Amino acid sequence: MTTAQIIFLVVAAVTLGSAFMVVTTRNLIHAALWLVATLFGVAVMYALLDAGFLAVVQVVVYIGAIAILFIFAVMLTRKEMRDQGPQLNSGWWMSALLAVLTFGALVSMLWGWKDMEKVAMDMPVGFDSVSALGDALISPNAFVLPFEVASVLLLAALVGAVYVAFNPRHGDSRK
Amino acid sequence: MTTETLIWLIPLPPALAFFLIVLFTNKSKALSHSVGVGAAILSWLASMVVFFRALGVEHLGEHPYVSSVNWLPTGDTWFKIGVAIDPLGAAVLFFVSITIFMIFLYSVGYHNFGQPAGDHDRKGLPPHGATVEEHGHKHVVPSVEPMYSRFFAFLGLFAFGMYTLVVSDNLLTMFVGWEIMGLCSYLLIGFWYGKPSARAAAIKAFMTTRIGDVFMLLGIGLLYSLTGTLNFREIFGNEELMHTLATPGTTLFGLSLAGLIALLLFIGTVGKSAQWPLHVWLPDAMEGPTPVSAMIHAATMVSAGVYAVIRMFPLLSLDHNTMTVVAFIGTFTAIFAATIAVAQNDIKRVLAYSTISQLGFMIAALGIGAYVAAAFHLITHAFFKALLFLGSGSVIHGMEHGVLHTGNHSVDPQDMFNMGGLRKKMPITFWTFVIGGFALSGFPLITAGFWSKDEILADAWAHGHLTVFITLALAAFMTAFYTMRQITLTFLGEPRTKEAEHAQETPWTMTVPLMVLSVFAIGYGWVGIPEHFPVLGGILPNWFHDFVGHTLHEVPEAPEFSWVPLLTSLGVALGGLFLGWLYYRNVNSAKEDFFQIPVLKNKWYHDEAYQKVFIQPVIWLSEVFTPGMDKGLIDGILHIFDPITSGIGAWIRKWPDLWLINEKIGDGLADITQEAGRTLRPIQTGRIQQYMLFSLVILVIVGAILYFTLGVGL
Amino acid sequence: MIPLSWYLIFAAGLFSLGLFGVLARRNAVAILLGVELMLNAVNINLAAFWRYGNITNMAGQVFAIIVFAVAAAEVAVGLALVISVYRRHNTVTADEIDMLKW
Repeated sequence: MTTAQIIFLVVAAVTLGSAFMVVTTRNLIHAALWLVATLFGVAVMYALLDAGFLAVVQVVVYIGAIAILFIFAVMLTRKEMRDQGPQLNSGWWMSALLAVLTFGALVSMLWGWKDMEKVAMDMPVGFDSVSALGDALISPNAFVLPFEVASVLLLAALVGAVYVAFNPRHGDSRK
Repeated sequence: MTTETLIWLIPLPPALAFFLIVLFTNKSKALSHSVGVGAAILSWLASMVVFFRALGVEHLGEHPYVSSVNWLPTGDTWFKIGVAIDPLGAAVLFFVSITIFMIFLYSVGYHNFGQPAGDHDRKGLPPHGATVEEHGHKHVVPSVEPMYSRFFAFLGLFAFGMYTLVVSDNLLTMFVGWEIMGLCSYLLIGFWYGKPSARAAAIKAFMTTRIGDVFMLLGIGLLYSLTGTLNFREIFGNEELMHTLATPGTTLFGLSLAGLIALLLFIGTVGKSAQWPLHVWLPDAMEGPTPVSAMIHAATMVSAGVYAVIRMFPLLSLDHNTMTVVAFIGTFTAIFAATIAVAQNDIKRVLAYSTISQLGFMIAALGIGAYVAAAFHLITHAFFKALLFLGSGSVIHGMEHGVLHTGNHSVDPQDMFNMGGLRKKMPITFWTFVIGGFALSGFPLITAGFWSKDEILADAWAHGHLTVFITLALAAFMTAFYTMRQITLTFLGEPRTKEAEHAQETPWTMTVPLMVLSVFAIGYGWVGIPEHFPVLGGILPNWFHDFVGHTLHEVPEAPEFSWVPLLTSLGVALGGLFLGWLYYRNVNSAKEDFFQIPVLKNKWYHDEAYQKVFIQPVIWLSEVFTPGMDKGLIDGILHIFDPITSGIGAWIRKWPDLWLINEKIGDGLADITQEAGRTLRPIQTGRIQQYMLFSLVILVIVGAILYFTLGVGL
Repeated sequence: MIPLSWYLIFAAGLFSLGLFGVLARRNAVAILLGVELMLNAVNINLAAFWRYGNITNMAGQVFAIIVFAVAAAEVAVGLALVISVYRRHNTVTADEIDMLKW
């Protein structure tokens, strides 16, 4: 057992545990906070994978923006359903069975794969994954087009979100 | 910026302008023409930069600017598209960018920008003029085109097509540009779609060029299936391949493969460049907005056809038979169109036939192997024909002004017999038109047309093509004759109508392009003066021959100097001009004109012949088949079947149909479906999570079946 | 060192938990939380395959970045929809939002 392995197991256990809490806890605010914990765990995973940039983006974007957005949404929609009654629908056991089946199927399919126990090569000396990623994102020979398309998508989502969530009762300038 | 990047960018601004105008600025006329003209200027600047950089490169023919990207995966390899500028491309880019820029600028004035909207102008019809009140009295002024923005959008698309064609390094993108121009040609000829004649002309142009395009596509397909590439350099640079293609007698009529491909591609050119027998669309194309669409159909777009043949010349020259066909078509078109031009009265139609005739000169030059002469004439012709067409547009515009002034709309502002004496009213138009006309006639020594036409004749003489030489000389004589006829009838003498008296010079946006083009109509000839020309030869280097000639692997030799073609071209040009002036200075109406011969007037009855040979038989066939074949024979057989089948039908109807099909199967099926629907309806609960659950359950089941029974998986 | 399988199994677990959340939670916001878990699981796979495959080929990381962008867009639009539905129907319970039915 190397140190890295121990760290991995601890982080994995914590992450999966908090993910379990996300999907089961009754209090939605708590669920959102558990999500933050899960996302931190995933960020550590990125760090273990030498993907430093992804780890930072995970913290900044996911925890800094997306999780906060969730907390806002929970607060805005909370007054009707103040965590009473069952949080799971009547068919939850079916869903649980399906989730377990999916997990089992994935693991069993992976089991016989030859590269399963592959160990990562050392990082080449002088290889900087962040600058390589930057190059790849803006190089015309690589991913500049998907990158631009993603930006268009974000813009469209932004406009769409504003339009959909616009409250016509307050200050509707269209009329 | 590297030159290659710049070449990629050349076609872009007009395309962007098209989308900008269509999507955003079409409400604002000023914004639309700013976008259009701005894009034309950008492309022009880029083209100039590329051209002058290309001039500085030594051995550009062997090492042209090329750049390509992978486009379509074809099995193991990629189909590449890209751009290339070799000497020929650079020279063509030079005139294309200038003429396109001039078209854009000229359109601003031609469509009366800045004038009030018309009193009763409708979209799809030419503007009729607007009444304005000034100092207490009303008068009529030209009104602005209602679809002004749309026009600039089409022009932008056209420019995009032309640039794409010129910078392409392969036949496929070239063909794409070619077809975009075909579309724009259709849109611009039918721009005033409210006029039935414009609609018919647009369809005629589209259908006629389509005939050529189908053959061209066949040629491209054949070439690709044989060589696996459409890149010009890859094909022409592969000597082994060229040798295989040139093996004679492997296809129909003893043509080699190269000959067959070149012939198919040449038929595309026959359509696009309006060569006999597919020339019929071009005169009708004059229905478009006067000078602009006319210029596209005279200087720019039709040149694309000749450009394509010049590009394919290495392939064309492999087969002697194809060359003969090309030479024949070109020579015949040159003389044949010239004869028609003599008898036309519409100022634009004369020029339209003269265009066909001049394009015939170039094709003929290619047919006798005069590669450089054809390219030279292509460029000089583009300049002076653009000048002439814009000049004629200016004349018509001035005449329309006169028509609006008198209010007599029955006077045709395009009929040359209604003009006369315009030199005093429209001095700039007059002088530039004379320059253009003299260039077209090949006025000796100073005009560009003389040098290029002389080179074609010299080539024909030097290579011993005596028939071609004599026919072309005759055509050149007629060219000079009808040009002088046009100038005399339009500008000289006294005004023949009140409208001509009130004609007016056109605004600067129209006259500036005229002046710019007249500079080139004179000066461009001086870059191609043969070295052994008496006195003048050698003062200026024969730059054009050196530069463009290096496009080919073996630089073609300049023809040796001979007095015969020189004296011939001097004689026909001056003789034609003089005779034209001598005869037409006394002719005052169409009745007095000796050359109004019906056969020429009616264009050798081509439209009628096509009507008789192609269109009428189809109608006849359908008319014969309707009463004879269809009504008599086929219906007769059917009538015999009728009682039999209705008897069987009645029986079937009664028993199997009513009882079994209707009651049991038909109604039964409906009942089952209805019942099933009613039973299954609760499944559609509208709850997303349930839908997901169902689909996942099915996914798991199907996955499991595939995994365990078929072994599909890893 | 850590074998590739650990990451993959971890990601599979996270994915299954997210799937369960999506299928079983009644609250629409909670369903979106589940979707986030699933997206994170996918991202871990992408990063892991990048690390254990050809490290100079940045496709894995680039895809992960794009998944980030898509997730952000999805959350923005999804939550906007939830809020919009909440305004009109006064509920965020997925079972009760059944306008899609016959």
